[in-house]
Amino acid sequence: MTPIIQVEDLQYIYSKGTPWEHVALSGVSFAIHRGEFVGIIGHTGSGKSTLIQQLNGLLKPTSGKVLLDGEDIWKDKATTRQARFRVGLVFQYPEYQLFEETVYKDIAFGPKNMRLSEEEIDRRVREAAGFVGLTEKQLQASPFDLSGGQKRRVAIAGVIAMEPEVLILDEPAAGLDPEGREEILKNIEDYRRAKNATVIMVSHSMNDVARLTDRLLVLNGSALAMDGTPDEVFARADELLKMGLDIPDVTRVFLELKKLGLDVPPVYTTEQATRALLKLKEGK
Amino acid sequence: MLKDITLGQYFPGNSPVHKLDPRTKLLLLIVYIVALFTAVSWLSYGLCLLFLVAIVAISQIPPKSLIRGMKPMIFILVFTGMLNLFFYAEGTVLVSFLGITITTGGIIRAIFMVLRILMLVSATFMLTYTTSPIALTDGLESLLSPLKKLRLPVHELSMMMCIALRFIPTLIEETDKIISAQKARGADFESGKLMEKVKALVPILVPLFISAFRRADELATAMECRCYQGGEGRTKMKQMHYRRRDISAFVTGAIFLAAVILLASFSL
Repeated sequence: MTPIIQVEDLQYIYSKGTPWEHVALSGVSFAIHRGEFVGIIGHTGSGKSTLIQQLNGLLKPTSGKVLLDGEDIWKDKATTRQARFRVGLVFQYPEYQLFEETVYKDIAFGPKNMRLSEEEIDRRVREAAGFVGLTEKQLQASPFDLSGGQKRRVAIAGVIAMEPEVLILDEPAAGLDPEGREEILKNIEDYRRAKNATVIMVSHSMNDVARLTDRLLVLNGSALAMDGTPDEVFARADELLKMGLDIPDVTRVFLELKKLGLDVPPVYTTEQATRALLKLKEGK
Repeated sequence: MLKDITLGQYFPGNSPVHKLDPRTKLLLLIVYIVALFTAVSWLSYGLCLLFLVAIVAISQIPPKSLIRGMKPMIFILVFTGMLNLFFYAEGTVLVSFLGITITTGGIIRAIFMVLRILMLVSATFMLTYTTSPIALTDGLESLLSPLKKLRLPVHELSMMMCIALRFIPTLIEETDKIISAQKARGADFESGKLMEKVKALVPILVPLFISAFRRADELATAMECRCYQGGEGRTKMKQMHYRRRDISAFVTGAIFLAAVILLASFSL
């Protein structure tokens, strides 16, 4: 089966030909399959944000290709425009991009640009609002009267309403309280399940990516440093730490336990940790 | 696309021009403008051009970026050139049709005017390219400080200018981000009729204004937290001093101006 997204030898240089020339990505290749939940990690300036903007055709690669369903998204103007709808991108702090008088109208902005019928727009707005848990009353409110977490959910609903096959989110939970974080992450997972969508999430929280994703891409110094399941990636904990990245809290605890001489496997989620500890207890 | 704006951009560097005191550069710019408007002949224009080329060479600013900065000026340049070419009637008539005459005098005058604007703008660019905005406002404040006696709020004005300059790149970056985000939702800024294009700006302008006000508010709070209370008794982290190179720059500038005035007085 053709992968939904295929990136081939991607290179991107900012401000080419000026004193500020800066290589943001080089030699990046990977393929993402339908229905995968992919996490992208890497420290600030490693090229994560540049990479995701390549995937929906906001930035044009300096060299290399981005294929959506086997087709180059830069083939012609119509394909690029279509790619923007098929690959929904939620930026960091998306709540700063709200502009309409009501929440309803703001969520409808994307579907309207797709030139859908009135009924279809209405259906999508209500469904998207449902995914992120917005009430009917909130739909008629001004987005500027909502709380930070609610604004964030409106912004995410604005992208979900386009029903993208691939949903990309840049740190969707940044700056929210623990409860808000949980809710947003659950909303995303709900959307993925309901629509069988592919989700790509950029995150600094190793706990979140370890728990949610099936696969991790690690960016370091503008290049793809690792590509594998959370198991495989977090098994190389010392390399991650060397890159200035973190590892999940439980992984850290278990590495310490191992140093103390306990026979524990490497883990990266609380569930795995619980199982490993129970096993250890029974063994005694 | 917004990143292409180079007007008034600072190119960090370490050349003697960069190291000059901002006040020196401001005063030299005034000297240069005066010289440009005194110049009347090929010889004096040549001298002005030579002076500019020398400064560009010393500053190590790539001439390409000067040319790029000139792009928005094309309309004014063409307009000025045309105006002088068609409506200045002196010297021998070369072409005459439909009531428009082109004379040798007109051609020469058109060339002079276009050259003057080009050099004027280039010189100004050289100031902003080699001087950081902060240094520039500091220099301006210091040069204008005698006006404080006339109760002109010099410090406040320069602080406002400084903040405005400081926030231009921030707001450009912000605008870029908002444009990307709305494009990701399928907003189309390129096609459509004029009214549609104007309407397409609403999703950019509303968030931009909101964020500008938010930033202004946050900045004001942060300044108050650090007990900012205007220019009274305020000291500077970077004290400005005239050094040897400033004196040599002033001497060079004075000789240059004198030469241009001398040439002009002989109508050369």
